[in-house]
Amino acid sequence: MTNRTFQLETVSCPSCIAKIEGMLKKTGGISSSEVLFNSSRVKVSFDENVVASDEIRSRIESLGYRVLSEK
Amino acid sequence: MMKMTKGRIVLISGLLAAASFVLKEMIGYEKITIFLMLATTVIAGTPVFRKAIGALRYRIVGIDALVTIAVTGAVIIGEYWEAAAVTFLFMLGDYLESRTIEKTRSSIKALLDMAPDKARVRRNGEETEINPEDVVKGDFIVVKPGEKISVDGTVVEGSAYINQAAITGESIPISRAVDETVFSGTIIESGYLVIRADRVGEDTTFARILQMVEDAQDKKAKTQKFLEKFSRYYTPAIILLSIALFLATKDVVLALTLLVIACPGALVISAPVSIVAGIGNGAKQGVLIKGGEIMEKLGAVKAVAFDKTGTLTVGKPSVTRAEPVGISEDELLRIAAVGESYSEHPLGKAIITTATQKLGPISETPEDAEILSGHGLRFSLDGTTYFIGNRKLFTENGISVDRHESYLQSEEKKGQTAVIVGTAEGVCGIISIADTVRPDARTLISDLESRGIKTTVMLTGDNRRAAEAIALETGIREVHSELLPEDKVRVLAELRERYGSVAMVGDGVNDAPALASSDLGIAVGGAGKDIAMETADVVLLSEGIKKLSYAVGLSRATVRNMKQNIAFALLVAAFLLAGVLAKTVTLSFGMLVHEVSVLLVILNAIRLLRYGETKKAGTVLSSEGEIVGGQM
Repeated sequence: MTNRTFQLETVSCPSCIAKIEGMLKKTGGISSSEVLFNSSRVKVSFDENVVASDEIRSRIESLGYRVLSEK
Repeated sequence: MMKMTKGRIVLISGLLAAASFVLKEMIGYEKITIFLMLATTVIAGTPVFRKAIGALRYRIVGIDALVTIAVTGAVIIGEYWEAAAVTFLFMLGDYLESRTIEKTRSSIKALLDMAPDKARVRRNGEETEINPEDVVKGDFIVVKPGEKISVDGTVVEGSAYINQAAITGESIPISRAVDETVFSGTIIESGYLVIRADRVGEDTTFARILQMVEDAQDKKAKTQKFLEKFSRYYTPAIILLSIALFLATKDVVLALTLLVIACPGALVISAPVSIVAGIGNGAKQGVLIKGGEIMEKLGAVKAVAFDKTGTLTVGKPSVTRAEPVGISEDELLRIAAVGESYSEHPLGKAIITTATQKLGPISETPEDAEILSGHGLRFSLDGTTYFIGNRKLFTENGISVDRHESYLQSEEKKGQTAVIVGTAEGVCGIISIADTVRPDARTLISDLESRGIKTTVMLTGDNRRAAEAIALETGIREVHSELLPEDKVRVLAELRERYGSVAMVGDGVNDAPALASSDLGIAVGGAGKDIAMETADVVLLSEGIKKLSYAVGLSRATVRNMKQNIAFALLVAAFLLAGVLAKTVTLSFGMLVHEVSVLLVILNAIRLLRYGETKKAGTVLSSEGEIVGGQM
């Protein structure tokens, strides 16, 4: 299991959280995820054999939120 | 870049919407009017539609989707003005929200921006500027006025005045010289230092504080968790309701309007914006409150228990009184200091410190000095043999202290340790030593009581006499003395039974179990005390406890602010729902109210950033800017 934190550009609309969270829940290989509103970060635990971190990153970006960095 | 584009969209669509409104009023729904309205809808709506489609790919129905459906519906049924107004208002709201919400986070951002960004290292006699992350332990760092220290370390050369606001919230500069500890993130105001790096990068106190503040802002309050559950059901319920309404009444406009107000924007945002503003305010003042739930708890505390040594007191014994017999006070201190220079006893150190402060450095050395364990010591100076120590030392050497017995007892009753100085002929003076109460302790206790804290309690391992003397001096109500660490835990449990919620304040040195077992652990003086900082719920970063009362006040203000926001958001939701069902709220008016309510909630939270600014101005200016680095 791998843990990653993605730093997004400032998230300001409350519905963004629900959207990103909903997308992550529907993505296979992700066991838990948390979207942190105030710090604009997304914490994800996932199975690297099923889904790559690049894939998660591009899915977040496809919703319209730029990922500034990840660690 | 994103922001500029967003701003431009708002501006252009706003102008188009205004023009089309004027045309509509003047010439009615002519082709040109409709064209302008559609243009507004397309320009303001494109980003919304795009996001909606992006989300739909993962089968998520967000507010973007709801707005898209409503706008499309409005265009189909010929409500062009409604479509234009709704998309414009939605974009405008989005734009203003992101601008204002950044403000609620500004205090925390300011703190993050204080992180050092360069370090000048001296390697092999050459100075080079490097990234602070590349500094290794043991490197020598050179720091000049106006520059930021990039490591936790020990001064090896130079002296300087340092602003430690980043770590303690105190902006009054303190002086640092050779062998003293300095912290990363602090700024040299004048002077210069060469520092040996003891801790670098993520291990520095400042980096840890930043990490904790970052984590704290998203730790949810209980109220918030409840709200999130509520809104999870609220949105789908409204969608179902609008579908049902459409099927029952065949009224498209009504169903679409209901869709637009379906997103509980203000409700979801109400708690987090208050919490981030509250935590930011605290962090700026040197009070680290770890999350929304802690805010709620701290605001509800009924009793506060304090550890004595190091929390209510400075934690270092010092001379409170020197009573000479037949010689001068200076002479008494000089003799005692010369003798004590041979011992390592903390009481001896207190005497030397006082003597050096009064008389300058003591250069003489004692002759034939001998430590008499548990009693004191014996030495010779200028041909005379002296004794320094307790009663036992003197009686066992056949020197009578009877004449001074009543003085000794009265000093001891005050919680003082009396050190007797004498020769074979008799006593030549008595020096009283005690751990001094922090200057801010008494004010804090009365401040807490005026804030409605029911009781203040002292928990200490020290003897009853010393404990009671301190209680008297600080005004603390209840004293529990001679406690072992496990006793402290038991007393805390009793207090909880009696008062409900209890906070424990300690310096984290020997009261970790008590801090952990209380409802709320508050650690004093974060710098250099990592374990206490990690385990405590609240950290008073500046040395001293005066900020505790402010922290309680801030927590209450934050919780109050959060509740105002929630109540307001619920009220607006109820009003909108009723208004839509009664057909008095139109599509665009519903959107307007929705966006305005979100903005008001954010603006209310921004008020929290100013909490304590005017009221506390007097207490902020105290001399206690020191943080204890010596205990590392």
